[in-house]
Amino acid sequence: MRLRAWLAERLPLDDVLATLRHKRVPHHEYSVWYYFGGTTLFLFAIQVGTGALLLLYYRPSAAEAYESVQFIVARVPFGWLVRSIHAWSANLMVASAFAHLFSVAFLHAYRRPRELTWMSGVLLLVLTLAFGFTGYLLPWNEVSFFATRVGTDIAATVPLVGHALVRFLRGGDDVTGATLTRLFGFHVAVLPAVATALVALHLLLVQRHGMSVPPSVERRAAADPGAVRSIPFLPHFLLRDLFAWTAVLAVLASLATFYPSELGAKADPFAPAPAGIRPEWYFLWAFETLKHVPPTVAGLNGEFVAVAAMGSGAVGALLLPLVAGRSPRSRAIVVWICAAALLFMGGMTMLALRTVTP
Amino acid sequence: MTTGNEHPQARRSVVNWLLGLWGGGVLASIFYPVVRYLAPPDVPEAAALSVTAGSAQALAPNSGRVVPFGARPAIVIRTPAGELRAFSATCTHLDCTVQYRPDLQRIWCACHNGEYDLNGRNVAGPPPRPLDPYDVNVAGDEITITRRS
Ligand code: FES
Repeated sequence: MRLRAWLAERLPLDDVLATLRHKRVPHHEYSVWYYFGGTTLFLFAIQVGTGALLLLYYRPSAAEAYESVQFIVARVPFGWLVRSIHAWSANLMVASAFAHLFSVAFLHAYRRPRELTWMSGVLLLVLTLAFGFTGYLLPWNEVSFFATRVGTDIAATVPLVGHALVRFLRGGDDVTGATLTRLFGFHVAVLPAVATALVALHLLLVQRHGMSVPPSVERRAAADPGAVRSIPFLPHFLLRDLFAWTAVLAVLASLATFYPSELGAKADPFAPAPAGIRPEWYFLWAFETLKHVPPTVAGLNGEFVAVAAMGSGAVGALLLPLVAGRSPRSRAIVVWICAAALLFMGGMTMLALRTVTP
Repeated sequence: MTTGNEHPQARRSVVNWLLGLWGGGVLASIFYPVVRYLAPPDVPEAAALSVTAGSAQALAPNSGRVVPFGARPAIVIRTPAGELRAFSATCTHLDCTVQYRPDLQRIWCACHNGEYDLNGRNVAGPPPRPLDPYDVNVAGDEITITRRS
């Protein structure tokens, strides 16, 4: 008790507690979607923890990276588990972030005054994908080596600056040890710093504006203020959150144990690309799209057209709250566009999973 | 008290302008080196003009072999008719390394199922250009491939 008093005199403990006690979370038929943000955050924390552990043994050079991962998996006690959890948690985090993004879009939670919350969220999703891309190469195995070669070469389709962009990503003209060091630096220093700042902003905004209520529920509340219930954040919502996190942890532990992430063969720059080169599942739809675009579309480089379309999609997603109108009609348009995007990405992923390369 | 302070507005805008100039200068002096630092320097690679590519005997008809050509891979193939040919092994689509597919009698890229014929011409799939051809010479049993200049 003395310690508590000592801390309360120096930290705004009571203020924080009072705020949390007052905080309430709306409770309605769509409330389940509120948990995906928290889940993503939880998985991010796991990534930071397991990532720090992996750093203790990992060596970021072409000569040693593969061997050091092998050492982690084969020799370090529980090394296989730490690596598997890091890999699986990354996958779940991407899935959870996508679920969060689409649910927020479908429930129109991006509306005023939450525009910046949405935009920081879209940027965080982009960062999550960048984490995935930069982390993929680090074990320096065959599949990731060629996937990174393909992934970085796509940047070459950008007019004028394409070549400089590829060199920036690869740290030279080819994917070499220089690329590994570079992507490693992004993965463990640059991206975490930016992500931490953005997460802080995102949480601050969520705290400031509270949970958004979808328009249909809003209408109901306007007609009858008693119709929409809410539950206290402390302890009700927090306990539910903790329950969700425990469930995620259980799923994660089972996946990591029963499907430990494989290492494959060491990358050899002078071996032919093996069949079955593919990026992580969350890039599969883009990979599949690139397979189907013809070399030239309307006199332009086909890849460039595809990349430009995807790029404008991303920019559109970022600016969604600024361009979407306030009428129910424009909300319906948002729903249709999001559904179409989801369908396209899902369909392309299925196609990629089904094609067995001869 | 207006001595020397007749135009506070004008004065303020001058000060703001100077502050902006100062801030911009500081930012530029930080970001310029950083941006330059991020672009990797050109490492002049010994431009390999020709390399040896192993035994000619060991390369059976209707097969191929990938060999280093400087920093990049090259592919030497023996056609079903027994002729030796060599190309750059870097796929013109998105940079994967190609291989010889005896069953198709073509050079094949596993990444997006691109195909090149025995002359290195892109004949199926996404590759937009043919593979760069190299000259092949055999001295004794040793294959030498040379970049055409
Ligand atoms: S990289 Fe060879 S077909 Fe795409």
